[in-house]
Amino acid sequence: MAARMQMAVSLGFHIVFACIGMVMPWFMFVAEWKWLRTKNPVYLDLAKAWAKGVAIFFAVGAVSGTVLSFELGMLWPTFMQHAGPIFGMPFSWEGTAFFVEAIALGLFLYGWKRLNKWVHLYTGMVVGISGVLSGIFVVSANAWMNAPSGFDWIDGQAFNIDPVKAMFNKAWFSQAHHMTIAAFSATGFAVAGVHAVLYMKNKLEIHAKAITIALAFASVAAVLQPISGDLAAKNVAKLQPAKLAAFESHFKTEEKASLIIGGIPDVENREVKYAIKLPGFLSFLAHGDFNAEVKGLEEFPEEEWPPVPITHYSFQLMVGIGMFLMLIAALFFAGTYKWKHWFEKKWWLRLLAIATPLGFIAVEAGWVVTEVGRQPWIIYGIMKTKDSLTPMPGIQYTFYTITAVYVILTFVVTWLLSRQIQLLQSKYLKNG
Amino acid sequence: MAEANLIILVICLMLYVLLGGADFGGGILELLSRGKASKIVSRAIAPVWEANHVWLILVVVILFVGFPSVYSTVLTALHIPVLLVLLGIIARGSAFTFRHYDIDEERPKAIYSAIFRYSSVFTTFFLGVTVGGLILGEITMDYQLGFYQVYIHPWLNWFSVSMGLFMVLLFAFLAGIFTVSEIEDKDYIIYFTRMTKRLLISLVVMGAIVFATAKVAGHPLLKDFINSPISVACIVIATLALPAFWYFLNKNKGNWLRLTAGLQTTLIVTGWFAIQFPVLVKTKSGHDITIQAAKAPEQVQLFLLIALIVGVLIIFPAMGYLYKTFKFSEEPES
Repeated sequence: MAARMQMAVSLGFHIVFACIGMVMPWFMFVAEWKWLRTKNPVYLDLAKAWAKGVAIFFAVGAVSGTVLSFELGMLWPTFMQHAGPIFGMPFSWEGTAFFVEAIALGLFLYGWKRLNKWVHLYTGMVVGISGVLSGIFVVSANAWMNAPSGFDWIDGQAFNIDPVKAMFNKAWFSQAHHMTIAAFSATGFAVAGVHAVLYMKNKLEIHAKAITIALAFASVAAVLQPISGDLAAKNVAKLQPAKLAAFESHFKTEEKASLIIGGIPDVENREVKYAIKLPGFLSFLAHGDFNAEVKGLEEFPEEEWPPVPITHYSFQLMVGIGMFLMLIAALFFAGTYKWKHWFEKKWWLRLLAIATPLGFIAVEAGWVVTEVGRQPWIIYGIMKTKDSLTPMPGIQYTFYTITAVYVILTFVVTWLLSRQIQLLQSKYLKNG
Repeated sequence: MAEANLIILVICLMLYVLLGGADFGGGILELLSRGKASKIVSRAIAPVWEANHVWLILVVVILFVGFPSVYSTVLTALHIPVLLVLLGIIARGSAFTFRHYDIDEERPKAIYSAIFRYSSVFTTFFLGVTVGGLILGEITMDYQLGFYQVYIHPWLNWFSVSMGLFMVLLFAFLAGIFTVSEIEDKDYIIYFTRMTKRLLISLVVMGAIVFATAKVAGHPLLKDFINSPISVACIVIATLALPAFWYFLNKNKGNWLRLTAGLQTTLIVTGWFAIQFPVLVKTKSGHDITIQAAKAPEQVQLFLLIALIVGVLIIFPAMGYLYKTFKFSEEPES
């Protein structure tokens, strides 16, 4: 259990930094591009300020990623021994993508003066592309755990390994687009939110520009996300019916299954209390037909159920936030189209401020849905999590140590960023 | 195919020792020079340190894809020192970045610097201890033996500890070379040349201690070295290169210095690898994990090799461009 918690903390920490590390380069790229096009120095300042942020997040993301590559073996040696050769291919590509990202970022950060402007802009784009690619590779490896393929499992050993088939497993595509879009949405709203708070205090041009760039990305992502989520859910229905049943708290197999919104799942009595039920909608969402049969948890032996309440709540939280963010996106589009004066209004900036952490909360909740929803399996249907644990006793101390380090690191990074922002702020106030 | 991947692994390891070593050593050198080297080190490694890190990730990936049982066994038995290395990596990586990006104030900078320096020593030491544990062969897969025997003893012994110290000196030495060939200020050149010489002498002494502790621990390290023609060749060349090295150091010939230091380090790694081959992890029971036993199926090795070759074709030119942009230009950076 401590091992699982440690993995959850490490990944939960890494995922935030990884998302920002893969999305923020795009913002700084757009800002620099705008600067080259419009010659407005505000865009250059913005690009430089964001680049500093990227550097901090990238560095912390890189060390936490390095740690993860070891942690997998320190906590789950049995899993890695069998799974390493099968799902390792995306990791080896990820290594390359990450390397390219690191090099391009080095050039971008330290090359403002040494590189030709357009070459410099291009390195920024390379950072963004390789960041997204490495994210997709890692997600593909995770998708393999949900939809293991590319090998034959005979008597606890893998035979006829096909790394290509394992990499392009049945879950990789739906997980990859869902995660990538989520990263853009979460980071976009977070960045926009921070600048909105600053803009409320001082109406500086730089913040308005920052909000527009970040929100443009975030809004497109937020609108696409439900479609991507729908595809992902249909895929889960096909591949991991127990997981779908768990996050919907759907206990009985039935036709015209109802979609359950909210509520408190009562596992013992196999029912959900105080929930809104929309008859037939679950069947429609899972299989595209209001009359289709949706398998309930009762189809599976109880020891193979994922923890139902956690999965259910996380799923509801993720979807709820997703809907809310989509609403903000709609307002943003409407405002851009016709009602530009909205963007100066207090309610709008407040709304953005509220949305700052929401995207990342949804990302973490979604991560819980996919990971906890896979339990008790580490490789779905093949190997159980508890069977792959390290034999070392006292693993909880490793967990405490790592958690403490991450908590400290989170505080330091937050503090550092707020100092950076103050610095930027004071520079502008002096000049203006 | 597995052999090809193993060779790439060793090359990555060497690059990590050389480039990452200079980077880790930078922190150690800062500590030894009481901060004098701080600015130089920081300027020299800042643009490349993130890239250096990736060699280690590559080593890990090749291990768990190509030789999964080595990865699992080592990380189980050496869980504790590896954890300590990881904590060190987090601490120094973050402290270095924070020092670089935080606004200019004395107090936080001093704290970041202190963390960066001490954790550099700490990380390098436990890296050496881990390597020591790998070489010594006290690793056991008999998990019934009790906590101390299984999880402590393989790395907490005189041999591993002296390997840890050896590693600290080696990395500091590499950073010394790097620094000497980088700076232009006369006084600093003299200061760091002297320090590098001292580090070199300590390194040779420490090397002897490593062999001695191996003998005490019952490991035939010296004998193995003599019995392998490749290792003997490595040692002979490394020894012959020493006077040349001393000469370059005195004459302050930057590029030659780096070249000979690189050569010597490469020889140390090659020599060690030659005596180890084809065993990858020595264990107590005598059932050593050989390359034959540990390697993943051919199909996997093939795709791993393809990924690595494509990776190398992309990475090396990019890396070269990075070094070219920053190492051979004089203007200070904003």
